[in-house]
Amino acid sequence: MSAVLEFLRARTIFALILLLALFVLGVEGARPGTVTPLWASNVLMFAAPLAIMGAGQTLVMLTGGIDLSVASVATGSAYLLATNASSGDAAAIGLGLALGVIVGIVNGIGVALLGVQPLVMTLGAGLMTSGAMIVYGQHMMASTPRVPAIIQALGAGKLFGLMPIDLFLWVAVGALVLFGLHRTGFGRLVYAVGDNREACHLAGVRVWRVLFVDYLLCAVLAAITGLVLVGGTNAADLSLADSYLLPSVACVVIGGTSIFGGRGGYAGTIIGALILTVLTGLLTLLDVSEPIKQILYGAIILSLAAAYARLTE
Amino acid sequence: MTAAAEAIGPAPKHRRLGRILRALGMPALLAAAIALTRLVHPEFGPFEIQTLALGALPLALAAAAQAIVVISGGIDLSIGSLIAVSNVLSASLMQHASFRESLALSVLVLALGAGLGLLNGLVVAISRIPDVVATLTTGFIWGGVALLILESPGGGAPPGYLNIAAGADFGPWLPNALVVMVLAVAALWLPVRLSRIGLLIYAAGSDPVAAFRSGVNVTSARTIAYIFSGMASAIGGMALTMTTGIGSPLAGSYYTLSSVAAVVIGGVSLAGGRGGMTGPVIAALLLTLAPMDLVFLGIDPNFGQVIQGTLIVLVVMVAGLFAYLQERK
Repeated sequence: MSAVLEFLRARTIFALILLLALFVLGVEGARPGTVTPLWASNVLMFAAPLAIMGAGQTLVMLTGGIDLSVASVATGSAYLLATNASSGDAAAIGLGLALGVIVGIVNGIGVALLGVQPLVMTLGAGLMTSGAMIVYGQHMMASTPRVPAIIQALGAGKLFGLMPIDLFLWVAVGALVLFGLHRTGFGRLVYAVGDNREACHLAGVRVWRVLFVDYLLCAVLAAITGLVLVGGTNAADLSLADSYLLPSVACVVIGGTSIFGGRGGYAGTIIGALILTVLTGLLTLLDVSEPIKQILYGAIILSLAAAYARLTE
Repeated sequence: MTAAAEAIGPAPKHRRLGRILRALGMPALLAAAIALTRLVHPEFGPFEIQTLALGALPLALAAAAQAIVVISGGIDLSIGSLIAVSNVLSASLMQHASFRESLALSVLVLALGAGLGLLNGLVVAISRIPDVVATLTTGFIWGGVALLILESPGGGAPPGYLNIAAGADFGPWLPNALVVMVLAVAALWLPVRLSRIGLLIYAAGSDPVAAFRSGVNVTSARTIAYIFSGMASAIGGMALTMTTGIGSPLAGSYYTLSSVAAVVIGGVSLAGGRGGMTGPVIAALLLTLAPMDLVFLGIDPNFGQVIQGTLIVLVVMVAGLFAYLQERK
């Protein structure tokens, strides 16, 4: 038993995969016959936006920060896209992504250059973004929001009926993030800054550049998440991505990235996002009311995060 | 803290000046804001003061709740949900109750708030998950509890109970809400500030390692801070029942972010160990006054949230700039 624990401690990713398998077994146990290729493809489709947002959150948390503006950015980008669809698909998508760039730059300036705590900076930026969207929404009453077909295909479409299209985007983002973190100088610096900022500074690392790029990437990934989400729901409202803030942080924490920085990686976040998506599915199978689901979801996230913290200590 | 500083001798002149400025800064800012408001809206009188106090009352308590946790070195992102739980619980229990029964039920709600706060503290202490993540998650759970108690806005409370905050028994210029605000925050904060508990909480927040080595039980100090946060949130939720007359399971979410805003603007350091209660409470008034001013100026009040976000960031940036300049000296 202790040998198994020792192994899992050294290779936590296996512990996570084991956990994921347990949850899948749980789904199958709760209602036999549920786990089919179609079910798996749906899980991947729903996990993709969370995992893309989680990629940004991972980057930021690896440096010891946190981004609480991701949900507002995702909602804002989706809303900008839907209300500007009449001026052309490319322009609408560009506007959505531009919001990510702007908020990313604001967060980056605040955290990297002015030394504001990430929590406060991103909280403030999130408030500004959602406030600006409310004001904007009231002036846009006239035109009806519409989601471009290409975004609908991205968020809800499947190739050959089984391959979710957003999976391709996820794989691309995931490959870039994994490559960037483990095979480039930037990735090494992200870990180094998270591990010991002062040492990095003394070693001549331009810490602010690393942080700036990090927050910019996180906000852009959040904006992309917003586009995938609105493609899936085909309806943009100002609370679209609200429910994604907690999961975006939770999938990173469950995935083993330390919020104090320097430890973890995107591979864990991927499994974390899958676990949370399967968990949501499992709770849907149980015949309980929405509030009970919410309570169970939170309690399970807490126990998983706590168990992980114990395992890796 | 202060006692130790005084024992060493009088502080250097510039630091003493800084302390005076910090003590007077927030009240002066509030006075200036009200003076400015009267300038753009000369009719600003008892009615507007009443509206301001009613709007700021729950936020002031949320700010107090946040302040004590932040001083202890944590952060509580579940305050909004705790307020929602207390709001819907009080509104659903008191709907058909008499005034006296409502008062008794208030004690019950307060005890529940303390219990949920204790749970927050225990989760942080036992799970070793960082405060941000732990309370973000417990906030999600308490949000579910609020929905469980009351699925959609409803409930109520007897008129006498509503009058505790909504009335103006001390004359038109002093609405009850303002009195309740001061009394409630003082009742929660003074026993902490004037006792050993306060010292422990400040010590745990300012340097947990040093505090631990001096024999402070950092974990229990922080847990106590969370209990107080739960109680302040519970009062905030009941205040929301008094000011709105109903319980609404989703009304709380505004208070989580705004409480952090009020704490930051009110001069409590997010690094822990620094700040008091006057700042956050006055900041709550300022944050409520800002959207009112926008209405007086004929600007879309929805800009309020944008202003709030900008204010938080600006305040922290200016504070950071001052710290930077001080270091360079």
